[in-house]
Amino acid sequence: MPVTPEYELTTDASRGRLSVSGDWTIHTVGKISDRLASEDASGLDGLEVDCAELGKLDTAGAFVIDRFACRSGAGNVEPVNASDQATALLKQAGELRPERDDEARKREFGVVDLLERTGRATMHFIDETVETLSFLGETIMAMAHIVTRPSKMRWTALVSVMEDSGLDAVPIVAFLSFFVGMVVAFIGATTLSEFGATIFTVELVGIAILREFGVILTAIILAGRTNSAFTAQIGAMRMRQEVDAMTTLGLNPMDVLVVPRAFAMLVMTPVLTLIAVLFGVGGGAFVSWLALDINPTVFMNRLQNYVPIENFWVGMSKAPVFGLVVALIGCRQGLLVGGSVQSLGQSTTKSVVQALFSIIVIDALFAIFYLELGV
Amino acid sequence: MSEEIAIKVRGLTTAYGTHTVHEGLDLDVMKGEVLGVIGPSGTGKSVLLRAIVGLKPPETGTVEVFDQNVTDLSGDDLREVQNLWGIMFQDGALFSNLTVRENVMVPMREHTDLPEPLMKQLADQKLRMSGLDDSAGPKFPSDLSGGMRKRAALARALALDPPILFLDEPTAGLDPITAAGFDTLVRELQSALSLTVFLVTHDVDTLVATCDRIAVLGRKKVIAAGTIEELRRNDDPWIQDYFCGPRGRAAQAGES
Repeated sequence: MPVTPEYELTTDASRGRLSVSGDWTIHTVGKISDRLASEDASGLDGLEVDCAELGKLDTAGAFVIDRFACRSGAGNVEPVNASDQATALLKQAGELRPERDDEARKREFGVVDLLERTGRATMHFIDETVETLSFLGETIMAMAHIVTRPSKMRWTALVSVMEDSGLDAVPIVAFLSFFVGMVVAFIGATTLSEFGATIFTVELVGIAILREFGVILTAIILAGRTNSAFTAQIGAMRMRQEVDAMTTLGLNPMDVLVVPRAFAMLVMTPVLTLIAVLFGVGGGAFVSWLALDINPTVFMNRLQNYVPIENFWVGMSKAPVFGLVVALIGCRQGLLVGGSVQSLGQSTTKSVVQALFSIIVIDALFAIFYLELGV
Repeated sequence: MSEEIAIKVRGLTTAYGTHTVHEGLDLDVMKGEVLGVIGPSGTGKSVLLRAIVGLKPPETGTVEVFDQNVTDLSGDDLREVQNLWGIMFQDGALFSNLTVRENVMVPMREHTDLPEPLMKQLADQKLRMSGLDDSAGPKFPSDLSGGMRKRAALARALALDPPILFLDEPTAGLDPITAAGFDTLVRELQSALSLTVFLVTHDVDTLVATCDRIAVLGRKKVIAAGTIEELRRNDDPWIQDYFCGPRGRAAQAGES
């Protein structure tokens, strides 16, 4: 069992004498440190520490003793009757004194800290927006450059990305849109049946899926699936310095990594949106047939006659934009990954959040735009 | 150096599935010495360290630290013996969500009842002891260079003034000058705090600079243990290669 530390302080004019006893270790000095610190011993010229009764001493104990000496202005501790080890520890503590006292340091207060962080976050948001836009410009330039010289295009990479993020996403896009179509039809059926207007379910499903849900659903799935994959792939390449190697070998990472992905998404997102629309309407028709006795032929006829085709084009017009957003944000965050594993994780999270955010905001902007156009 | 045994490993067998890493391994670490553990890759140097500190329960065998059996401990008994050692993991293993100073304070919070300001001052003291200056304390581990991260990890390992220090590849991935600085630091702290150090390494320079004794792992056992001079006279081909190959000779030349 450790022995409780004790001390006795005697001052004789400008010289102090501290007799310590018991164990002064990190496990025991907690209580005594405050007591010793509250002793008024300012104006001492020297402090002798009598270690005759001292049990164990470690760096924490030595620190507490030395801190007392330091505050009282006594200069270095002068150990008396001390073992070699205790002397060495006290000497070491004296050599490692902090440059200035800790407690004098400015402390951060809650509200100020909160305001500061809010300010930082706002500035960070603005910076991110500006930089994403400048990356957009850079990518468009690189894409234009490739279009004028198609021989520079990485066709293998393009096709491979089209397969990974386009073809392989077909099942999940189809499946989810079918179910969303069903849900929309169900909601329509229950609400509209109160007015005896269940036949309007066709318009509801048609407009909702063609105009919004088909493309938004596709974009959200791509943001979760492809966008994070882009960040992870490029980020892993950054971590292993593959991107740096590429640059030194005369390959432009924009041409090799970003452009094929951007083109692939530009092509595949409309295709996936079309699939989503077809399956979504299919899901709606399925529920209408089962729950409302609207048979598929009637459904299709009504869809053709009462849902203007503009809705479809409005939806499809957004698809390439969303595809580009997903590719851009995914690639940009991937290229921002630093050397550590944490930064890869952070970038992936950030990239998904930014992509979802941008998709919803851009969709709202589109809605306002088409409203003004009267489409 | 007294002849008291700090760590006593007897008949240790560890296995991952059907693959045995050690079989009937015996090892003594004397109090106050720096023991270097070397061996070809895959001979279980790090596994031995993990087995001693209880991260990898052995299949059979015992580990005694200061005559206290530490195998199969749990709860309060385990916390008690954990005070006896500090561990520095290979890449530091600093908690990335805490600042460097908070990292050093973690073991103090967990094991002592010191008042908060004293804990902060002590943490800063440990950081200075490990050769970092006060500006490193409020930084996050990701803002530090590799060498500084290792120093911060050393400060955390020393937070409770443990009598035994485990170092897993302390100089791996450091440039030779930083590595040499770290070797000196370990040696200085070892003599200042009279630590017993268990050091796993690949680095011949570190061995020559810091170790009193070296244990060579191989064929699931300790195949030799002794000072560098003793090992140099050993006939084992791997040991011969290691110490009398070009790099071993260069390190030896650097020492003399």
